[in-house]
Amino acid sequence: MALHRFANPARFMRLSAAILPWFAAAAAVLLALGVYLALFVAPPDYQQGDDVRIMFVHVPAAWLASFIYLLLALASAVAIIWRHPLADIAAQSAAPLGAAFTALCLVTGSLWGVKMWGTWWVWDARLTSVLVLFFLYLGYIALVNAFDEPTRGARAGAILALVGVVNLPIIKFSVDWWNTLHQKASVFRLGGPTIDPSMLWPLAVMAVGFTFFFATLLLLRMRTALIAAKIRALRLAEIERLRPARAAARQQVLT
Amino acid sequence: MSEGLLGFLAMGGYAAYVWSAYGVTLAVAAGLLLWCLGDYRRRQRELERLQRDRP
Repeated sequence: MALHRFANPARFMRLSAAILPWFAAAAAVLLALGVYLALFVAPPDYQQGDDVRIMFVHVPAAWLASFIYLLLALASAVAIIWRHPLADIAAQSAAPLGAAFTALCLVTGSLWGVKMWGTWWVWDARLTSVLVLFFLYLGYIALVNAFDEPTRGARAGAILALVGVVNLPIIKFSVDWWNTLHQKASVFRLGGPTIDPSMLWPLAVMAVGFTFFFATLLLLRMRTALIAAKIRALRLAEIERLRPARAAARQQVLT
Repeated sequence: MSEGLLGFLAMGGYAAYVWSAYGVTLAVAAGLLLWCLGDYRRRQRELERLQRDRP
């Protein structure tokens, strides 16, 4: 498959312009439906009561936190191996979005934990590894912007992103490898979900809605980055164009 | 009717936590959207200006 043909910046601009309104509409419809299902249709939990409704925002945020990091790492691998400019742009556009969803996951998890666990925070393996994920995002963003030369920053960031991948299986399996206060997997597990369909469906709608929302923002940010690159190129061309005129003017002053 | 609404808002006694979680989610989503759209429009205008000023 000629995937690289879609990675051409001009083609990406055309393609993303066509896709964007559909993604945005899908996100709006699914999130509206998802919130309705989560607040009005899904039943209260037999143990947790209505507090369980926090799950419908916490779990999609948590999935996105890991999913976006996987995307960041894949884009970084493509950037390192094939040196494709769009891959760096994709990685750098995804990073702040990933950081935001990770922060949202931590805050909503904390709000859920207060009553169910009796504590805002506990240093168990799941919570700690997700906090590390948050710092990986921040470290990536800081590292990319720490160099005067953008290509060197992008390369350093890509290497950090790849090293950080080791954290993803730790997050996923932390609840199996260690004794955690956090519950074990109840959706993506061998033998199928253990969560009741009346809660699974609203959760699925919210998760897909969150994903379309993220995809919309990612395309927007990638388009913004490409426009910024074009602006830089135009400014450089302008400087080149004015150079002979400026040299001539200087000559006149001297003579 | 109003009791139904109040009952809904009370969230079985978990109102503070449930509504905080949904409020934070809404704030983060709206914040990200405004940030990305604002950035996009600003850059677009800048590019249009540059292309207009050039012959």
